[in-house]
Amino acid sequence: MINSSSDNVTKLNSINRRMFITGSLKFAIMIGLVSRLFFLQVKENKKYLTLSDKNRIREWKLAPVRGEFHDYFGNIIAGNFEAYQLHIIPEEVEDFRYVIYRLKDLLELSEKEFKKVLKKKNEIKPWETLIISDNLNWNKFSKINNHLYDLNGVKPVISISRNYPFKENFTHVLGYVSQANKIDVENTEIIKKNFVPGLKVGKVGLEKSFEEKLIGSNDIERYEVNAYGRRISQLEYQKGEKGKTLRLTLDTKVQQLTNELLKDKAGSICVMDIYTGSIIAMHSSPSFDPNLFVFGISKDDWQLIRNNPMKPLVNKTLQGNYSPGSTIKPIVALSALENGIINPNFTVNCRGHKNPLEYYGQTYHCWKKQGHGFMNLRNAMKQSCDTYFYEIARKLGVDRLSETAKKFGLGERVFGNLFDIEKKGLVPNTQWKKNALGQSWVLGETIITGIGQGYIQTTPIQLCLMTAQIANGGYKIYPQIIVDDNKVHPNDKYTPLFNDPKNIKIVQDAMFSSTNEVRGTSYRSRIDNPKYQFAGKTGTAQVKKITERDRELDLKTFEIPYEERDHALYVAFGPYKNPRYALSVIVEHGGNGSTTAAPMAKKLFKLIIDQHKLRESINNKKYMDI
Amino acid sequence: MYIHTRFNKSNFNLFQKFRNFDYLLLACILLLGFISLTTMYSTDGGKILFHTKSHFVKLIIFTTMMLIFSFINIKFWFSIGYLSYFLVIGLLVWTYLFGITSSGSQRWINLYFINLQPSELMKIFIILCLAKYFHRMKLEKVNSIYTILTSLIVIILPMGLVIVQPDLGTSLLIAISGIAVLWFAGINHKYFIYTMLGFIISLPFIIAFLKPYQKLRVLTFLNPDRDPLGAGYQIIQSKIAVGSGGIFGKGFLKGTQSYLEFLPEKHTDFIFTLFSEEFGFVGSFILLLIYAIIIYRILAIGATSRSYFAKIFCYSFGAAIFVYIAINMSMVLGLLPIVGSPLPIMSYGGSSMLATMIGFGIVMSAKVHSQQAIA
Repeated sequence: MINSSSDNVTKLNSINRRMFITGSLKFAIMIGLVSRLFFLQVKENKKYLTLSDKNRIREWKLAPVRGEFHDYFGNIIAGNFEAYQLHIIPEEVEDFRYVIYRLKDLLELSEKEFKKVLKKKNEIKPWETLIISDNLNWNKFSKINNHLYDLNGVKPVISISRNYPFKENFTHVLGYVSQANKIDVENTEIIKKNFVPGLKVGKVGLEKSFEEKLIGSNDIERYEVNAYGRRISQLEYQKGEKGKTLRLTLDTKVQQLTNELLKDKAGSICVMDIYTGSIIAMHSSPSFDPNLFVFGISKDDWQLIRNNPMKPLVNKTLQGNYSPGSTIKPIVALSALENGIINPNFTVNCRGHKNPLEYYGQTYHCWKKQGHGFMNLRNAMKQSCDTYFYEIARKLGVDRLSETAKKFGLGERVFGNLFDIEKKGLVPNTQWKKNALGQSWVLGETIITGIGQGYIQTTPIQLCLMTAQIANGGYKIYPQIIVDDNKVHPNDKYTPLFNDPKNIKIVQDAMFSSTNEVRGTSYRSRIDNPKYQFAGKTGTAQVKKITERDRELDLKTFEIPYEERDHALYVAFGPYKNPRYALSVIVEHGGNGSTTAAPMAKKLFKLIIDQHKLRESINNKKYMDI
Repeated sequence: MYIHTRFNKSNFNLFQKFRNFDYLLLACILLLGFISLTTMYSTDGGKILFHTKSHFVKLIIFTTMMLIFSFINIKFWFSIGYLSYFLVIGLLVWTYLFGITSSGSQRWINLYFINLQPSELMKIFIILCLAKYFHRMKLEKVNSIYTILTSLIVIILPMGLVIVQPDLGTSLLIAISGIAVLWFAGINHKYFIYTMLGFIISLPFIIAFLKPYQKLRVLTFLNPDRDPLGAGYQIIQSKIAVGSGGIFGKGFLKGTQSYLEFLPEKHTDFIFTLFSEEFGFVGSFILLLIYAIIIYRILAIGATSRSYFAKIFCYSFGAAIFVYIAINMSMVLGLLPIVGSPLPIMSYGGSSMLATMIGFGIVMSAKVHSQQAIA
């Protein structure tokens, strides 16, 4: 082989040349790889480091502690309580079957609840927390704690949850909280920001309106996690802030009384301070226990509430559109006086059912079969003579009437945008009818509007505001339910709603006579003690048109089917000598304002005025602290 | 001549063999073994677990084997060139018929003490076989159609057997090993250029014949973000791991990407990612340097070898090793689509290490017997 032939030489030349070519190629590729490494690791290092941290660090938010609601005197009306819960992390349990069956016995879980727990277990990852029970009573909780030696991996946890100590008393004001659903999260930015599974958010009422203030901020735990999302180690714990506590203007005692009065009835009561507009009590009946919703309401409870014919879910104070009936008469009278249509001595002869008022073939009856005879304004208001008000409404015209009514807060949301469920009611005029119904107004409609029937619709809170503004001498007030220490009340900047203060006095006096003088419609509910003495106006709103046959039968209230009975209304203010509070009472299908609604006002005024001193003392104390 | 007299002795004494040993190459291989062991230890989460132990045992056995192979005369390797090739072909057929199926492909055969992947061995033995084939061939004959056809058959036969497993990646690497031999044997460069052109032109048709998951890999390579949690996951996470390593790395056992299991296949194909994450640019550069020295030594041994067989083998093996490294790293760094290709010595896997160590053994044997002529 040593005698290398020429062939071998060319072969060697060829292979060495090619080795050189490949060698250079390799070198170039090596450089390429190194520069790629340099690009990734040195130049783009920051970007990939961030991505890597994003990969490995995950935040766990914990549910924030919700702010509380206090009443005017600082009593907690929606607070937080420590809910005893049982958590299990399935992965950490050696013998899950044993533990779960043991728990079933100890907690006396029903077959259904037990299956629910097992189903939940299958849905989560083995290292995620399984909540066996979210609200245990103390007995069971302590029982579990005694058996913990036997229950490896079970964790008794104390978690903070919403509690309404006064149960159904404040439901329609406060609303309730429940688990946030998809819609809540999508629609509300703050919920989206603070969302954690199991987060409770306000569903209606103030709980919903003040979500932003109440919700607080999450505790945040930062964990290092692996690719499967499993926590490896805790890196940081960031404490959140409790939501803001809100003090309401409500008086728990009065509120409780309203609940008592409307027990087993459908209706609404609201009480208002006529100078500050503070709501003292606001209740819609029937109510329900908001605590039921906190951990998710059971199907049976829900059906019970939903199918109740008295509609507990409707906040009648704000959502109930009622014909005001005779309670509108003070406004009609005021409007007529203000517009100079009548003077207090203007007289109408009410001749009873045999000779009803007649215009264009339509007859208009007074409620009193025999008629009232010759009536002036004061007497007409006292005895609630319909014929008198037909007549002045006819003279006044609906447009002027609606103008006054709107001035006094009818046809408009009392709380503005505070409650999204609040209804506007309806104060009709000719323009409205043309726009809404495309028809022109007819005289008959004006006439019945004069006694609060027909198109006109008001909510109980509007009636209360209307009465309050008459009671305070005719000045505009802005109802409020939250005590806002920062807000400067425009106390001295009341805007007058009248042209002549005398007119307001006349109406006030007429209302006084209605309650405190013989033949007054609510005379039987009067309080003679001037400390509590109040003035009011009854109302009985027809639910259906009274036919001739009905008139002939003249049935007693209890003889008429429930749905066809009249609504009983009453608006009042007191104490008469130095008015401070106004209220409105509506009892759905309660029959008659004077027999059903007015007696409630009597009981209310006693308490409200007794409470007044206490209320003032809180106010004074506030200033003394400064 | 003094040297002359030594050449003709067919057996050197043991002392001279030790003296002829390439200690730089050996040191690099041992260093690489050590690095791979520490990296394996890291993949096990800083504990001596299965992978570390198994890798350690294999390293010991195969390094010893390599040393023993070094002392076997290069003539022996020449003589078993064809035999070994057909033996591995036989194993591949055996695999096809009775192989163990794992994750959808039938690549392994059970040899009781070890599960062998014959396709990995083929990467070496195809070089051995073709090197022998071209050893004595005259340069004019090399470019004859007969020779080219024969060598193509030698390449295509194992390729086919590996493709049906299916294992496109390994079959391509086998082809590259074979083509490297053809290149060094002196086949006209025109053929290579034409083949390359033909390949590029037919690329769209080839892609059309690819399996859906392979197409997905190509698409994913072109745009990893099209499915970041699915097909693009591996490559995205790998780039994050490498990129977040920085200049000096996150530190030994502190690679969060791999420790927290964001990295797939971290023992095998993606081992460089983990290494790079923990040791950074500096570490990766040193690792590349070690590989470069190894390849340089292999080429140097080829250059000083007297026999044409040893030359072809060393050059081709050097080129093949380089291609394995380049493909693995490019894949990990997001420069190539994902093909299953281990990083020599570093990756976990007995067959791959066995094949590489056999290769090193033969190269070392060529060095020890560098003056050995082959008739």
